[in-house]
Amino acid sequence: MPAITSFGAYIPYYRLKREEIGRAWGGGAPRGEKAVANYDEDSITLAVEAGRDALHGIDRQSIGGVYFATTTSPYKEKQGAAVIASALNLKKSVFTVDFADSLRAGTNALRAAMDAVKAGSVNSVLVVASDCRLGAPGSDYEQVLGDGAVALLVGKEGSIDCVSNYTHASEIIDQWRLSDQPFVKKWEDRFVVTEGYLADVKEAVDSFMKTQNMNLKDFNKVALYAPDARGHKEASKILKLDVKTQAQDPMLDTIGNTGAAFALLILVAAMEEANAGDKLLLISYGDGCDIMSFQVKEKPLMDKEYLGVHGHLKSKNYLSNYEKYIKFRGIMDVESGRRRPPQKSSAVAIHRDRGMIYSLNSSECTSCGRAFFPPQRVCNYCQAKDQFKEVSISERKGKLFTFSKDLLASTVDPPLVVSVVNMEGNLRFFTPMTDRDPEKVEIDMSLDLTFRKMSETEGYCNYFWKCRPVR
Amino acid sequence: MRADAIRDKVAIIGMGITKFGENWNKSVDDMLIDAVYEAYADAGVETKDIEAAWLGSVVSAFTGATLAMPLKLKNMPITRVENACGTGMDALRNACFGVACGLYDIVLVAGVEKLKDSGYSGLPEFFDNPVYNLGLTAPGRWALLANKYFAKYGIKPEDGKRALAKIAVKNHHNGTFSPKAHFQREITLEQAINAPIIAWPLGLFDCCPTTDGASAAIICSADIAKNFKDDYVLVKGFGVALGTGWGKEDIDYQYDHLPETQAAGRQAYEAAGIKNPREEISVAQVHDCFSIAELTEYEALGFCDQGRAVYEVEEGAFTLEGRLPANTDGGLKAFGHPLAASGLRMCNELYLQLRGKAGPRQVKNPKFGLAMAQGGHPGYLMPVVTILGCRD
Repeated sequence: MPAITSFGAYIPYYRLKREEIGRAWGGGAPRGEKAVANYDEDSITLAVEAGRDALHGIDRQSIGGVYFATTTSPYKEKQGAAVIASALNLKKSVFTVDFADSLRAGTNALRAAMDAVKAGSVNSVLVVASDCRLGAPGSDYEQVLGDGAVALLVGKEGSIDCVSNYTHASEIIDQWRLSDQPFVKKWEDRFVVTEGYLADVKEAVDSFMKTQNMNLKDFNKVALYAPDARGHKEASKILKLDVKTQAQDPMLDTIGNTGAAFALLILVAAMEEANAGDKLLLISYGDGCDIMSFQVKEKPLMDKEYLGVHGHLKSKNYLSNYEKYIKFRGIMDVESGRRRPPQKSSAVAIHRDRGMIYSLNSSECTSCGRAFFPPQRVCNYCQAKDQFKEVSISERKGKLFTFSKDLLASTVDPPLVVSVVNMEGNLRFFTPMTDRDPEKVEIDMSLDLTFRKMSETEGYCNYFWKCRPVR
Repeated sequence: MRADAIRDKVAIIGMGITKFGENWNKSVDDMLIDAVYEAYADAGVETKDIEAAWLGSVVSAFTGATLAMPLKLKNMPITRVENACGTGMDALRNACFGVACGLYDIVLVAGVEKLKDSGYSGLPEFFDNPVYNLGLTAPGRWALLANKYFAKYGIKPEDGKRALAKIAVKNHHNGTFSPKAHFQREITLEQAINAPIIAWPLGLFDCCPTTDGASAAIICSADIAKNFKDDYVLVKGFGVALGTGWGKEDIDYQYDHLPETQAAGRQAYEAAGIKNPREEISVAQVHDCFSIAELTEYEALGFCDQGRAVYEVEEGAFTLEGRLPANTDGGLKAFGHPLAASGLRMCNELYLQLRGKAGPRQVKNPKFGLAMAQGGHPGYLMPVVTILGCRD
């Protein structure tokens, strides 16, 4: 039986209060806040962060597959999973697949991972789901949708067994986004909720319980996808789910609906709190339903570096205003003064330096032991030529040695905080600082590294690593 | 290596500089013609007397032909030099080698930069990694040093800001005596301290302006210099030290002093036979692209002890009346910084000072003058130091 070997989550640092969106457009606002990806994040970088959170203490060479699920890959043509596998420094022979286009893509990927492990074609698959969907300015979706990512490592052994699966497909035009459209669209609300979501979920749960000869009451926690808080309440009522004790908080007031990652994010939150003997149920919706049940054999052990859903929820900062959100998510082009144009990227340079750029490989001189980033063919100390080994530093921490808050630099979020970081392993790293409060930047602060998008100067994504205050 | 190999072998017999500023109506060609013909007139030479030329330009030239074309230097050996902000001075250095070895008697050196055609503030992008290039600007790069320097020496932000502001006020004051400077106006300490921040702690007045300009020198073999002028100036020595970019990649780089600049200074002092720069240098033009650069260069060049510059500035050590007047013409702060034109502009000020022709900014009885053009930025410096002296 396939099992969940490990899990992780990523919720961006920034939150936007819904009342701030209400302020922008007039009228009321739903409760709470939503998670917003920084300007240098996209679904791929979010997925990398969730993957890292799931892989603390796990041999990365042991992972056989990466299934990446999203409806918002930055690429229409080009695989996200391959980028993620590179950034996670996985083995070359890893099987990478993108699952796309449906809100169910996350659970589709998880189901496929379970099947692959069960069939014995791979020993373990890392399922990463992430989304950064946009609602049109002024729309309900703008209030509801949040950004986030989740990762589950499916293997042969783990503390949580994947017991059973149910799925069905339903064709209904309730919500959609054409390939050239930035914003999610939907049909009239009552049709979408009653004839779409509620009816389909009810039918799926009934079918699942019948085939399993079980009752919803048999489950300690239910991770239930819902389009919004009201939908969650209505579905809970129809399913006779005890909202207080049985339903896992869908975090719609704190993160928002995170699309393809959403159901799995609620599931991981449940796993973080699960105890031995618990039965968990996952209900995902989107062009049909996926239902999965899990048996917790022993309380999952979490690495000391693990942040997960609960850790990320606590680490946050507010976007000061709606306009900043509009700018960060590229919803409107904002003129930031006449600055020198950004330097052009080169696909060739990225390819040549891929080990350095994606895996963040440093060079360690095998003659004198000194380490450098970027990798140096000639050692700055002993002048040894071509005597080095490449060592990834992406999981190391560091301390801020000196910094600059550059207001002249061209950036979406001035000032550009450039950091000279002294990393573990006696190594220097020169990098911008992201997810930071400029007022709190000070020498000796603790930093770690995060995979980010540097620019899109040639029309593709330039990914690299930045530092950030440890979350 | 023979450090003194070129000492007293080469003389400067003529110099010229354009008005530095936003030269909207002057092209690269115009500025080169203006600067070079002024130098010709000063030296009493013509194009036909020139045997070879060196042109410095960071972003405004394509080969030495950029000099040949406007000046009609036909079939002449011309080398284009690029070493960031040290470019113009490095062009002079290389030209001096050509003369000192006896190959040429009279050569032309020029530096030019046209920055104000770009359409944006600040400097253009120089070569950097296409992928992880950070987009950090020049003030941003010097702020890395300023923040560390203040922390290292326990300088309170307000004290550090005040010392930096005093440098800006001094250079603006000196600039009022330089008709060709970009700015000729006094600023107050309060203005400098309270100006908008560009990259903390550097405010607007801690940064030199982006400027157009050109400068030129005619140099010749010292033994024929008296044929052109009695009060020629002698080249005493140079120092150049390029960093390996180690600030970015080497954990030992401290960002609280300028090791490359120290090295370049040591080379130049040895070349010139100077044992105690604090006593022997009469006047200095240092690279005040940012006030923190000037502050830390005092230390790197041995004008004061490491960590003491803030206090020395407070005491007025480097004003026109101070013990070692620095940036007597107003420096980059007042002249602006047309990259490759700046090194020869600094040498021009020494050339005037050493000959007693600096007018209201003249220092008393100078013997040795030092000029330093600082290429690069902390962690990646390429300073060029030039020491000039009076003829015997």
